[in-house]
Amino acid sequence: MNDSVLSVKNLFAGFSGDEDYVQVLSDVSFEVKKGRTLGIVGESGCGKSVTALAIMRLLPLPAGRIEKGEILLDGENLLKLPVEKMHSIRGKRIAMIFQEPMTALNPVQKIGRQLMEIYSLHFPKLTQEQMQTNAVAMLRKVRIPSPEKRMNDYPHQLSGGMRQRVMIAMALASEPDILIADEPTTALDVTIQAQVLSLMQDLQAEMGMSIIFVTHDFGVVAQLCDDVTVMYAGRIIEEATVKELFASPKHPYTKGLLSSMPQLDSKSKAELKVIRGVVPGMNQIPSGCRFRDRCDYAIDKCAMAMPGCEQVNSNHKVACVRWQELSA
Amino acid sequence: MNGVLLSVKNLKMYYPVRGGILLRQTGELRAVDDVSFEIKYGETLGLVGESGCGKSTVAKTLLRLYEPTAGQIVFQGRDLAKISKKEMRSLRQEMQIIFQDPAESLNTRHTVGSILEEPFVIHDKGNARQRKQWVDELLQKVGLPADSNTKYPHEFSGGQRQRIGIARAIALKPKLLICDEPVSALDVSVQSQILNLLMQLQNDLDLTLIFIAHDLAVVKHISDRIVVMYLGKIVETAGSDLIYKRPLHPYTQSLIRSIPIPDPVQRSKLATIEGDLPSAINPPSGCHFHTRCPYAKDKCRTDVPMLESASDNGEHKIACHFAGDVGLAI
Repeated sequence: MNDSVLSVKNLFAGFSGDEDYVQVLSDVSFEVKKGRTLGIVGESGCGKSVTALAIMRLLPLPAGRIEKGEILLDGENLLKLPVEKMHSIRGKRIAMIFQEPMTALNPVQKIGRQLMEIYSLHFPKLTQEQMQTNAVAMLRKVRIPSPEKRMNDYPHQLSGGMRQRVMIAMALASEPDILIADEPTTALDVTIQAQVLSLMQDLQAEMGMSIIFVTHDFGVVAQLCDDVTVMYAGRIIEEATVKELFASPKHPYTKGLLSSMPQLDSKSKAELKVIRGVVPGMNQIPSGCRFRDRCDYAIDKCAMAMPGCEQVNSNHKVACVRWQELSA
Repeated sequence: MNGVLLSVKNLKMYYPVRGGILLRQTGELRAVDDVSFEIKYGETLGLVGESGCGKSTVAKTLLRLYEPTAGQIVFQGRDLAKISKKEMRSLRQEMQIIFQDPAESLNTRHTVGSILEEPFVIHDKGNARQRKQWVDELLQKVGLPADSNTKYPHEFSGGQRQRIGIARAIALKPKLLICDEPVSALDVSVQSQILNLLMQLQNDLDLTLIFIAHDLAVVKHISDRIVVMYLGKIVETAGSDLIYKRPLHPYTQSLIRSIPIPDPVQRSKLATIEGDLPSAINPPSGCHFHTRCPYAKDKCRTDVPMLESASDNGEHKIACHFAGDVGLAI
């Protein structure tokens, strides 16, 4: 059964500076399955946002470049499409929401008008009244109180959580197949984050879209995602279903991240486990395994070649040459 | 020593709200509204709450970076709210603060060596040779390479810059260190390094910490006691283990239940409370939380609840009219 909606294959992308070219994504491959949520996790600078932008073909030009690879939406390679055709996919079949909705909303337009613009772009046959009705219904769907009144508000009149709801309404107005959410709750307070996450869960159950959820927070991943991809320094180092990943992480980096987080039921004041060092900049990545200079288990073999993803079982892959002996 | 280092009594800090052409004061924002708590020597007090609840204002008012509107801040027997600015300046040796973004609080045009030397210069301590030696000791204490003193802040990563901020704060051997969201801007793998450093320094230097963060798991890990704030008021305070095991205030309960648990097996529908934080300029009447509280009754809309003991030893305090009601048990 092939239920994959989007599949990214061997994607290489990067940015050219004044003199040199810096590769950010190196051989990134993953699949998004229908109606499921894929979490892309990693620390800042690991390439998770660049991956999201590359799918939308929104890497900033002229610096951003996709070297090679395929991004297949229902079998059609988005990288081969002419720019004009991409317009009918972006926002219509794949929609995206960002961390800070204030920068994505037009500050001098009422939110009702911004929402109706989506309908006039993607459903030009609708009448003005139908667009108005749909927009109000969409705001109601994302649980904005008294939506008719809110249509006439400007973005600055809304709270951060409300703005993110408006963004979600705009993204889902065209009933996309895939919603890409790039750290949508990172700037929100924890109670508001809980509201937005549970809203996204409900909307997914109702509308059936697939979600790519980019985040650095393993708590959010555990609560929301079905599948997880862990990235480090531009490469995918582990991928699995969410239960499998939390139950038996294989890569030393994943293990390190999971055990370095303080938890509510952990012993207070105990020393926390750490991953030494810091995430390397993209121009100072070590040869071979990119994690090896921070890894407690690195051996000579790790320096020789970049490890490829090996199959642990049918729903778990890891890119570490020592995963077998380390899990023994 | 187990005495009280700092005791805050009925602290209020109101910001004036100005409007009109003449910028007359048209109202006030009660950022901190009648807050009282104590900190013992060597203890870590965690301050939690959503953004806008007044936790950072409390921290800055304690240092008199903001002038308190009313109330007492008794630090080692002296009321900081009453002393002159000059006295306060010399007292700041004993109480220091580190911020969320160390890049903003470090002078980009000074070397790390001169940044770390500055506290000694300002407070007229030692000669050049001694100060150089102290700087070297500080670098070692916070785990920075010895050659850091000739480098500039931008040459360091976020985590290392936070170490520089910590080194500067502990230079004069303060008694109290206020940490205002010190790890919020850091990556997960670096966050635990800084938390470990703070806990270790607290042990080595007998520091008393006030730790402010919005990540409750982090605060819980490092704190002995926790104060939960909502719209400028304390709603609950208790030992950190107790408050997570048995939160009594409906707000604390919903805060804790909003935290996504990093375990997919324990997946439950995230408990949410409705609505946003109301404006502090025009807060709801009675109990400020009643607009979002699932248990609110008539009394909550009219009467302001006091912070009262909920346990025999007085360690657990809560401001709720219906504290301990069966319906509120988690």
